[in-house]
Amino acid sequence: MIFIQPFFDMVGDPVLFLQVIWEGFVTGILYSLIAFGFVLIFKASGVFNFAQGIMVVFAALTLVGLHEAGVSAFVALPATILVMYVLAFSVERLVLRSLVNQPDIILFMATIGLTFFLIGFGEFIFGGEPKMMITEELLLPYDSITFFDDMLILQEIDIAASIIAALSLVFLALFLGKTKIGIALRAVADDHQAALSVGISLNTIWVVVWFISGVIALITGIMWGAKSDVSFALSIIALKALPVLILGGFTSVRGAIVGGLIIGIGEKIGEFYWGGLVGGSIEGWLAYMIALFFLFFRPQGLFGEKIIERV
Amino acid sequence: MFYREAGQFKTTYISDQELFPVKQDRWGILLIIGFSFIVIPLIANDYWLQAILIPFLIFSLAALGLNILTGYAGQLSLGTGGFMAVGAYSCYKLVTIFPETNVILLILVSGFFSAGIGLIFGIPSLKIKGFYLAVATLAAQFFFEWLFGRVKWFYNYNDSGAIEVPVRKFFDIAVTGPIATAQTRYVVVLCIVTFLALIAVNIVRGRIGRAWMAIRDMDIAAELIGIRPLTTKLIAFAISSYYAGVAGALFVFAYLGSAEVEVFDINISFEILFMIIIGGLGSISGAFLGAAFIVLIPILITNLPRMLGMPINAATVEHFNFMILGALIVLFLIFEPHGLAKIWTIMREKLRVWPFPY
Repeated sequence: MIFIQPFFDMVGDPVLFLQVIWEGFVTGILYSLIAFGFVLIFKASGVFNFAQGIMVVFAALTLVGLHEAGVSAFVALPATILVMYVLAFSVERLVLRSLVNQPDIILFMATIGLTFFLIGFGEFIFGGEPKMMITEELLLPYDSITFFDDMLILQEIDIAASIIAALSLVFLALFLGKTKIGIALRAVADDHQAALSVGISLNTIWVVVWFISGVIALITGIMWGAKSDVSFALSIIALKALPVLILGGFTSVRGAIVGGLIIGIGEKIGEFYWGGLVGGSIEGWLAYMIALFFLFFRPQGLFGEKIIERV
Repeated sequence: MFYREAGQFKTTYISDQELFPVKQDRWGILLIIGFSFIVIPLIANDYWLQAILIPFLIFSLAALGLNILTGYAGQLSLGTGGFMAVGAYSCYKLVTIFPETNVILLILVSGFFSAGIGLIFGIPSLKIKGFYLAVATLAAQFFFEWLFGRVKWFYNYNDSGAIEVPVRKFFDIAVTGPIATAQTRYVVVLCIVTFLALIAVNIVRGRIGRAWMAIRDMDIAAELIGIRPLTTKLIAFAISSYYAGVAGALFVFAYLGSAEVEVFDINISFEILFMIIIGGLGSISGAFLGAAFIVLIPILITNLPRMLGMPINAATVEHFNFMILGALIVLFLIFEPHGLAKIWTIMREKLRVWPFPY
């Protein structure tokens, strides 16, 4: 009975159902963005970057922190981008360069270490209490539009988030396809040694991908911060990007986007229609279960490359 | 000069296969065990027992479990906290359902529940590997955090939502509950940890342990020489979760006294992972060294500035703890990926040839 009733609810109130899907869609886009930054790093350096979620929080916190310190929003934004560059540069110099040729698992654990360092560092500098995102100062809209006699409510910030996310994806696609450094980046993603042999500097490329991921993290952080507040509690939610990756496959940009939307919408529908029946708040683990379920059928993810193993 | 194995001849197979083939090691271990059983309960005060030694032993046990899974069998897990929670909550249910049964026995039995859960979450390990598996174990972590927080049956419909450890006696001495002394709880924990650690040492050097290491080093090659990946990986998951479960039960029953499910959040999983990275992946002694290290860091960060005359507040301590922990992980991975246990081995080699190294 508890499995069938929710379907009747969906059909019975289609506007509400649309609202739930919209909420899921918006969350899904944010998951996709985090997963996207992750896929970039994974493809270019083979590093499973656990710290991507923290970079989102760290970037948002830097932006808000700078603004609180009296810097105007449009100076704080480039300053934060600069901070993300410094972060990318120091990660490459201090961590990655020393760990070249180590097993993947070691690099993964190093990024967990990085995660903890960034949590401690961020809280030490900006304080542990939640902060408000400076939505107004960044000229982002914050009203809402309603349809169907106030039944369907769309937040303008959510629409803006979707547009900005789509724009940045298009921009990145152009960057990867048209510019010299973008092509070099794809070469590195394809084959490290071949890229080295045609004179591409791996170290530069790594700094570039970590920097791009940092900028994506900043965009995600602003959008997410506008929806709730900015605090390190966000990092647990950011971990949701991991099932998204599993679902989409670690190496596929398309997978990150599709996976993010599936997880985002699936989890909102699950929470809204089934969550109440089993005690609520199933959002915390449903994403992982959806991903696990998919894994049984496609162990490499929806769009991942099939790994051929040799002895 | 003192640490030499010259003159210790092995004349039988039994003596050749001893746990500690070097005489000095054997005496050293016996000395440590004897010291911790007899001397420490006599001289240590409540602060030492409660704040350092009991958590150290419990975390060692959990780290030992994770090291079996990650260090020996090569299956990365981020769900240790979830398995510990299963142990703790099943122990709580057992103790309240069977109030007459010996609590120490029930703590050991509760490990079997988490072992069963570990088996279930180990099944995907057959199809998925590496990072994919790590994320799958996160499912265990978040699912059990939700389950024990939401389903009231697990905490006996308490208003507080926390599990309170009832008083249970063993030969008229209170072992658990608010009236149990730190000394008793320390001895109970020590007995269980020593017992399980000895078993672990024997498992990892036997057939099962070798099969784990073969799977870890290259699973396809291991399969080709006749090791069953399914059973080997599942045994690793079961045994590892058993250790985590017992550690979780002890964590609530012998250390915290009462707990909500939040104590088993994802941070505890990471902390235990850090213990085995710093201590040494694939090493039993590494689990103990790593646990000691991680338990001591926050205490040092709190006390050191106070001794130097510039006290810092609790929030800053927390932040520094995170920063230093993260930095240490990266540093250890760069300079000594095999952890403290490897440093100890290097020291031992140096000690053997001291003072004439050439």
